[in-house]
Amino acid sequence: MQTILRHAAAAVLVAVATGPGMADDFGDADEGARVFRKCQACHAVGPDAFSRTGPHLNDLFGRRAGALDGFDYSAGLVRMGNDGLAWDFASLDAYLENPKAFASDTRMNFVGLKDAEDRADVLAFLRQYSDSPANIPGAAPTAAPREVELSDDILALVGDVAYGEYLSSECLTCHQADGGATGIPAITGWPEEDFVVAMHAYKEKIRPHPVMQMMAGRLADDEIAALAAYFGGL
Amino acid sequence: MTLNRRQFIRSGAGLAATTLAAPHVYAAGHGGAPRVVVIGGGAGGATAARYINKDAGGAIEVTLVEPSRTYYTCFFSNLYIGGFRTMDSLAHSYGTLAAEGINVVHDYAVDVDRGARTVTLASGATLPYDKLILSPGIDFVDGSVPGWDVTMQNRMPHAYKAGSQTELLKAQIEAMPEGGTFAMVAPPNPYRCPPGPYERISMVAHLLTQTNPTAKILLVDPKEKYSKQGLFEEGWQKHYSGMIERIGPDFGGANVSVDPMAMTVDIDGSVENVDVCNVIPAQKAGVICERAGLTEGNWAPVDGRTMVSRMDADVHILGDASEQGDMPKSGFSANSQAKVAAMAVRAALTDSRMFPAKFSNTCWSLIAPEDGVKVGAAYEATEEKIASTDSFVSQTGEDAALRKATYEESLGWYDGISADIFG
Repeated sequence: MQTILRHAAAAVLVAVATGPGMADDFGDADEGARVFRKCQACHAVGPDAFSRTGPHLNDLFGRRAGALDGFDYSAGLVRMGNDGLAWDFASLDAYLENPKAFASDTRMNFVGLKDAEDRADVLAFLRQYSDSPANIPGAAPTAAPREVELSDDILALVGDVAYGEYLSSECLTCHQADGGATGIPAITGWPEEDFVVAMHAYKEKIRPHPVMQMMAGRLADDEIAALAAYFGGL
Repeated sequence: MTLNRRQFIRSGAGLAATTLAAPHVYAAGHGGAPRVVVIGGGAGGATAARYINKDAGGAIEVTLVEPSRTYYTCFFSNLYIGGFRTMDSLAHSYGTLAAEGINVVHDYAVDVDRGARTVTLASGATLPYDKLILSPGIDFVDGSVPGWDVTMQNRMPHAYKAGSQTELLKAQIEAMPEGGTFAMVAPPNPYRCPPGPYERISMVAHLLTQTNPTAKILLVDPKEKYSKQGLFEEGWQKHYSGMIERIGPDFGGANVSVDPMAMTVDIDGSVENVDVCNVIPAQKAGVICERAGLTEGNWAPVDGRTMVSRMDADVHILGDASEQGDMPKSGFSANSQAKVAAMAVRAALTDSRMFPAKFSNTCWSLIAPEDGVKVGAAYEATEEKIASTDSFVSQTGEDAALRKATYEESLGWYDGISADIFG
């Protein structure tokens, strides 16, 4: 199977210049599982995976860019998909190396994987979850443990949308209400649970950003729920 | 202009004829929808106008009085001097506000009659209000730098209200003779944008290293300490070693006069010839606050819980002009305060809910290309003042990747706050 994959990857890469790093080579899927931890805050893959802050990555290879039903992509990615971009090794490799260089308006707020081997590894890992002529190994789902331990009570809080709207005004000094993201990530349309988890991760200083630690640090549990409800509905 | 005037006049005529819709929740004296007048279309005023108007569905009539048709943000104007932004990229119009239903009047507010609750415009028209928002920014204190007044601003620009002054200052720097001297007279506290003068020094230094590397920068400063001082000093040493000399109060930095015709700066009796002189005078609340009788000393005191004036329950004062406690005078602060005031005004005039005030501020500064730093704090209001509850500041010795990320974040912030203020 490895041979087939390499062959397929080489075939789509005819027009792409490859350096001595052999960037058309899938790497080691087990290593890739480790690299994928960087992606797990937003992306899930495997049985039962669903779209979170980022789209799920099952059947990623061959999927038209920006085309997953119900996911709110940037206009640029949708346009690239409409123009015929279907994800393959070469395009994913380029996207992962520098997301904003590949799709300047992407909402994937990720600095990129500069190491070609890391990219080859993670793509090998993800390749396992796409249909292919060969068999697909039954790897375990990557449903990640939450970044922070949150009680069921916190997760069950129903946000007060009107209060969330007022509180959101403080967020909108930096984050854009229309979901635009230029240097500061978009926070609209997230699944509420992801929003709640992220804010608590800042509040408990597990996530590193000092502005967000400060902003989240003064929000009570019901205020976080209110914001999650409001922004989730935008 | 014609359109705006006409809209304004038509609106006034409609009110006089009482042809407007039935009264709303607030029992406005004139029988129509309650009226809010906002003076000043910057980070405080334009934000307040939008947030009061938002979702009100015509329940509140909002009029914004702002003389400029094109607003140039003070924030990021230093980056124009450094060559990192165009002037166009700092320009914003009021088209979105007008389209959202805000009555945008391009005129000067010259007086407020608080008894009659009216604002008088330079054109002579008067605007009645139920609630007034004052967000006029700063004006300069006469005589704070002996020898300088606004009639001299073309010889010695302040460039502390962005636009033509900023362009003038940059043009003067670019025209400096080789090896010439750029001087800045920095302001005493409190003033707009605490790191602003020092970011400007950084940007002037960057420009000069490109165009005139033997030039000198003389910073005359009446203050012992200033915002992000350790970060700026580290950056100046690293990027512009030997170019910048700061003269603090220990060496006469607080005893300065200028002669704009002779292009000299007198520092505690020692006269320096300079080629460009950026005088940033001491500051006070925009003069309309004084005319409205709402100032105490140089600033307009407010109760931070709603940003309401300490002297008039129907007037809220935002941003640089207000004296509220611990928040720095910044566009970010004004934007933050505007949302609290808007919430309070809407709650007073309609049946919308009242929530506790929350404020925050972050100031990013650029020291050199991709070398960005930031300082920020969160605030809560007590009866006495707005008080800082938490804060952070960039550290000296941070690596280049973090500084670059901080700079890129500041670009994102500019887009975010601009969209929030102007749509």
